[in-house]
Amino acid sequence: MERLRTLVVDDELGMREGIRRALDRFEFRIPDVDETYGFEVDTAENGAEAGEKIRSAAPDVLLLDYKLPDTTGLEILERFRPELSESVTLMITAYASLDTAVSAIKGGAFDFLAKPFTPDELRKTLTKAAQNLLLARQVKKLAAEQRRVRFQFISVLGHELKAPLNAVEGYLHMIRDRTLGDSLSDYDEPLNRSLLRLTGMRKIIHDLLDLTRIESGAKRREAAEQDLTSVLRTAVETVQPQAGEKGVSIAVNAPAEFRFRCDAGEIEMILNNLITNAVKYNRDGGRVDILLSDENGTARLTVRDTGIGMTPEETAMLFREFVRIKNEKTRSILGSGLGLAIVKKLALMYGGDVSVESEPDRGSAFTVVLNPLPAE
Amino acid sequence: MSDKQTILVVDDDTDFLFQMETMLKRAGYNVVTAGGQREAEEKLRGLRPDLAVVDLMMEHTDGGFALSYHIKKKDPSIPVILVTAVTAETGMEFDAATDEERSWVKADALLSKPVRFEQLEREMRRLLGGA
Repeated sequence: MERLRTLVVDDELGMREGIRRALDRFEFRIPDVDETYGFEVDTAENGAEAGEKIRSAAPDVLLLDYKLPDTTGLEILERFRPELSESVTLMITAYASLDTAVSAIKGGAFDFLAKPFTPDELRKTLTKAAQNLLLARQVKKLAAEQRRVRFQFISVLGHELKAPLNAVEGYLHMIRDRTLGDSLSDYDEPLNRSLLRLTGMRKIIHDLLDLTRIESGAKRREAAEQDLTSVLRTAVETVQPQAGEKGVSIAVNAPAEFRFRCDAGEIEMILNNLITNAVKYNRDGGRVDILLSDENGTARLTVRDTGIGMTPEETAMLFREFVRIKNEKTRSILGSGLGLAIVKKLALMYGGDVSVESEPDRGSAFTVVLNPLPAE
Repeated sequence: MSDKQTILVVDDDTDFLFQMETMLKRAGYNVVTAGGQREAEEKLRGLRPDLAVVDLMMEHTDGGFALSYHIKKKDPSIPVILVTAVTAETGMEFDAATDEERSWVKADALLSKPVRFEQLEREMRRLLGGA
């Protein structure tokens, strides 16, 4: 149980002790939060004592008598506004006149309690105020967390975009300063590497836009019945030239026809990412085996390669954004670090998921399970 | 036996390694490259470089810190230059300009990417003491 520190400021001993008794062992909950809350009561009998206690540690909840021997509740609210910015205040008034109530609320109190009140009335009003305070804190915490995640994403993105720029800039300096000789052919390697790094940079931007569109929901989903087998065959054809360059052969095992309700663009994104990876991270002359099966309308797709594979530690971090396995074997392979994060997001949108089995130097097998989109 | 000084360059960016190797060789150094912390530590077993240039962000975010710490532990007299693209964009700020910072960072100098080669060479000459 979390106890809210509560300060009761009243010059009547009976009132202070009455409130303490009413809140002792009292508990409450707030909707959707798995925690019970209670109050830990401290007291002050005049403005000076209250001021000292607020200055040393601002309470979560302040119960403030409107009329005090040395000051008024309103003055305390006014004077300690900065200290009390994270607290909630209830004003206790002797007469429930509209005037005092209005001025208390204007002065920053959440609500007011008119004397005399029953312990039950006290607990009800106090619970409402405390719930309000706790929810406001929750919202603030979530907003801070969101800002943190966004900051982190943008930092990494900045880093990933600066790396190719630095590389190209470095090569341009070498060319300008004729570092490798006076003939243009001395610069084949720097020029080719520069072009490759720029292609990689373009890919990051492209994937980033895809990912952002998927996440924001800005991309309109066009659900229609498609033949998954033919979508798959088209995807394989797209990757074929790249596979040819590495001498990688692609074999497809799929039903003759597989009617499946989906957004064809999303499915293409999944297939392109997985099949391109299977080619890129393959060895020269390797194989890619694609198995598509219809399990009572659910699609199960496995893309298996004979490539460099991964260790269990590497596979564990694979589907996060900007995670690229960096080692000797992947060093000259271009990737945005976003492809599998995209596949994962899309699979989840089909009530499915993506998983991987892998063994270093033997290859990897990625399996995606997708459920058809509901008919409108 | 060559009297060339040996520089260890560690970075996970192939192009940065290629560029550093080219420039440093032209400037008359022996160059050994490594693509990551682990590879660098393997190479360090049979090698005592005269100076190391280490990228901060490798594999794990603090790979460069860990590596320069290990180099210093092995031989505190090997100067280490940390190279980083981090400072500006993450608000993570540190420097290796004072003794206190150097003892904490475990590096002798800190350069931010993109590295200007003339600046790197100046730092290297300073740390190698014109030997």
